[in-house]
Amino acid sequence: MKAITANRLYDGVVLYVGPNGGFVERFEQAALFDEAAANAELEVVLTRDTAIASAYVIEADASGPIGREALRESIRRYGPTIRKDLGKQSEAANERL
Amino acid sequence: MYRYDEFDETLVRERVAEFRGQVARRLSGELSEEAFKPLRLMNGLYLQLHAYMLRVAIPYGTLSSRQMRRLAHIASVYDKGYGHFTTRQNIQYNWPALIDVPDILDELADVEMHAIQTSGNCIRNITSDPFAGAIAGEIDDPRVWSELIRQWSSLHPEFSFLPRKFKIAVTASAEDRAAIKVHDIGLRIRKGADGERGFEVMVGGGLGRTPYIAETIREFLPERHLLSYLEAVMRIYNRLGRRDNKYKARVKILVAEDAAEFRRMVEDEWARSDKDSLDAPLDEIRRIRRHFTPPKFDRLAAESEAFDAARAARPEFDRWVKTNVLPHRQRGYAIVLISLKPIGKPPGDISARQMDAVADLAERYSFDEIRATHEQNLCLPHVRKDDLFAVWRTLDAAELATPNIGLVSDIIACPGLDYCDLANARSIPIAERIAERFADPEEAADIGELKVKISGCINACGHHHVGHIGILGVDKKGEEFYQIMLGGSGGADASLGVITGRGFSSSEIVDAVERLIRIYKANRDDGERFLDAYRRLGPETFKEALYGDAAHH
Amino acid sequence: MATLRITDEGSVVDSQPKGEEISLAQWREGARPEAGRFSLSIPNTEDIDGLAEIVARFDGVILEFPHFTDGRAYSQARTLRERLRFKGEVKARGAVLCDQALFMARAGFDALEIGDGDPAGFIRALAAYSVFYQPAADATAPARVLRGAKREAA
Ligand code: SF4
Repeated sequence: MKAITANRLYDGVVLYVGPNGGFVERFEQAALFDEAAANAELEVVLTRDTAIASAYVIEADASGPIGREALRESIRRYGPTIRKDLGKQSEAANERL
Repeated sequence: MYRYDEFDETLVRERVAEFRGQVARRLSGELSEEAFKPLRLMNGLYLQLHAYMLRVAIPYGTLSSRQMRRLAHIASVYDKGYGHFTTRQNIQYNWPALIDVPDILDELADVEMHAIQTSGNCIRNITSDPFAGAIAGEIDDPRVWSELIRQWSSLHPEFSFLPRKFKIAVTASAEDRAAIKVHDIGLRIRKGADGERGFEVMVGGGLGRTPYIAETIREFLPERHLLSYLEAVMRIYNRLGRRDNKYKARVKILVAEDAAEFRRMVEDEWARSDKDSLDAPLDEIRRIRRHFTPPKFDRLAAESEAFDAARAARPEFDRWVKTNVLPHRQRGYAIVLISLKPIGKPPGDISARQMDAVADLAERYSFDEIRATHEQNLCLPHVRKDDLFAVWRTLDAAELATPNIGLVSDIIACPGLDYCDLANARSIPIAERIAERFADPEEAADIGELKVKISGCINACGHHHVGHIGILGVDKKGEEFYQIMLGGSGGADASLGVITGRGFSSSEIVDAVERLIRIYKANRDDGERFLDAYRRLGPETFKEALYGDAAHH
Repeated sequence: MATLRITDEGSVVDSQPKGEEISLAQWREGARPEAGRFSLSIPNTEDIDGLAEIVARFDGVILEFPHFTDGRAYSQARTLRERLRFKGEVKARGAVLCDQALFMARAGFDALEIGDGDPAGFIRALAAYSVFYQPAADATAPARVLRGAKREAA
C-alpha cells in the first residue's frame, strides 16, 4: 500500500493525506491507497502549491512506512532518533495534536 | 572584530526586505516552489526532513558576545532551544518556520549578521583559522582578507549563478587549521622572495563524490591583487565549469582535467583584466585592517602562580588544560577551546543557555570574542592564564568542559539521516556510540590525537575523506551501512583517506573502530599518532585488523 | 516580446525590436547585415573576447539565459562592456526573472526580455538595493569608493 506525505509550506511540518483528502499531521490518521489511486491523488495534492512545499508517495501499511525508505520515513514520522524530546514523538507535540 | 558601517548595515537590511518580499510572493502563490527554492537557498533556507533549516553565516568564524546572545535568543524564540555549529563555521537552526524567517533575519541584522550565500551555487561563507590574531607564527591576520573577500563576494552580480557552490578559505600560518586544501580556493598568506606579502593560491580542492586536494596555481600573488585574481579564477570557472552534471560541476573537476591549462586561462584572463578597478584601494584594506588591531592585552608574566596551583590541586582541571588550552602569542594569555562534543551527545549542538554562558565568559574574560572552529567546537581566543580556572569552572557548570579536543571523542559528524533530506544513513548515533566506547579520559588521552569524521552521505559534510578514520554512511537495500576510510588529513599534510573494504552494519561499526585503535596501540612507536602509524605501517595491517580472521574471535 | 529598457532616466517597456536580428551562427555562415540597425544573438557558450571585431559592427547584442540558474551570460555581458567597451544595447533573453534583474543590470544588460512578467515587479527589483560591494559594468560606485569619498569629505 501507499501513503502520501508532504511538508507544510509555512512551517515545513510533516503532513500526510488523510481519508477525506485533507492533510493530517500524524501517520495514524493517514489514508492508505493502492498505487494507481496514490499517483492520482498525488497529482491533486501537488496543485495545492500554497499549502505545501513538497509532496510524494511513500510505501506504507497500517503499521507505518515500509520498504527501502522505511527508516527515513519513520524518522520523519517520529522525529530525530537522538533527541526523543523533539519532533512528533515529543510529548509537547502530542499534546498539540 | 569587524564592525558594520552604514553601507554594510544598509545592504543587509535591503537583503532582508528583499527576502521578506520573496517569502510573501511564495505564500501568496505568486512564486511556485520551484521558482522559490533557489531564492530561499540563496538565503541559507533548506527544507529538511522535519522542517526548514536555516543556516546563518558566521564570517570566518568570529562572533561577539552580543551576537552569541542573539543566536541564543533566536534559538529560544523561533526554534527549539538549541543550534548546531557546522564544519563551515556556520550555525544551523533545525526548526524555523518559513513565515518567521524574515523576522529572524531582521534579528540577525540588528547584530550585524545575516544568512547571505550560506547555500546556493554562489561563493559561500569565507572560512579561516579560528585562532587568527591569537596564535603565534602568523604572517598576517587572515581575517582582514577574509572580510575583504566577504564583501566582494556578497551579492556579486556575475558570480551568483555558478555551475555549483564555491568555497574559499584563508590561512596565514604554516599549520593549516582551515583545511584550505580541500576548498575550491585555498589562500595561504606568505612572504615573497623580497619580503613582500602575498598569497599562495590553490584551486580545485574539495570533498564530495570525487575528492581532490587543491593544486597550487600561483606560488605568489602580491596581496594588493587579491580581488582581481579571484575575479579571473571565478570568470574562468563560470564560463567553463560543467553545468550538465552536478557531480562534475565543481571547479575541482576543471582543474583535475588539466591543471596547467586552467592556470594558463586564469593567468591570461587576469593579464587582460582591469586591475585598477577590480582591486580594492589600499585605504579600504587599511580601513578593514583597523578593525582587527590586537586587543589591549595586559602586560603579564609568562607564568601564573594561581593557574599552576589550580592545576596541581584539581586533576580534572589539569586534564582539561592539557587538551583544551593552547599557547597564545601574548605572554600570560592562552587560547581556550570549548568542546561541543560532550560524550554521548550530538556533535556541534549547543543549547541557548550554553550559548549565553559562552557569551558571558567571552565578555568577561576574552575581550568579547568567540570563534567557531571547522571542527564544530568553539574558542575563546584571548584568556589570561590567571583566569583559566574560573573559566573552566563556569564551563564545567554549563556542561561545556569536556576535555577531549583532538581526541577520539572529538568527532566531526554531519546531521545525517536524523535531520538531513539527502542522507543515506545516520551519523550522530555512530558518533555518540564511538564517544561512549572511549569515554574513559585516561584511555582517550593514551590513544592521543585521532580525528574521526562521519558523513551520512557522499556529500561529505562530515569531511570523512580527511579523517584519520573516516566513516561514510551508505544505504544498502534500506539498511544503514558504514564504510571506513583510513589515512586522511585536512591539515598542512593534507591527504585523502582510502576505503578499506566492505562496509559495516550499524551494530558492527563501533567494534570495527575499536579494532583499528587496538592495532594502532599494539604497533605504535613512542608518541606516534594514529595517522603517522598508519602512514608508516600501511593499510594492510589495519585491513587485517578489520577483516582478518582474527577479527572475528 | 515585451522588453524592459533600462535607461538613466528610468525603465520603460516597449515591444519594438531595435532593428533586425541575426545569430552568430548565421554570421559565420556568411550572412552580412544590409544597411540599417542590427543585433547579434550569441549563445552563452561563446568566448566573447574572440568576437570583438564582429560585435563592433552591430548596434545591439542579445545574450541568453537558457535557465535562470545558468549564469554564463553575466560573464559575457561584463566582458562586452568592460573589455570590449561595447556601447550598444545588451539584451537578456530566456529565463529573465525579476529576482535576477538587478544582477543583469549590474553586469551590463540594459534591455531585458520580460515576456509576460510584471514590469512593476521588475522596476521594484531594480531598485531593491542602494549599496553594492563590488565594481561591475554599471555606473554605480561600490561601497569602498563611497567610503573613501566620505573620508575625504570629512
Ligand atoms: S553529508 Fe550528506 S547526510 Fe550529511 S549533512 Fe551532508 S548532505 Fe546531509
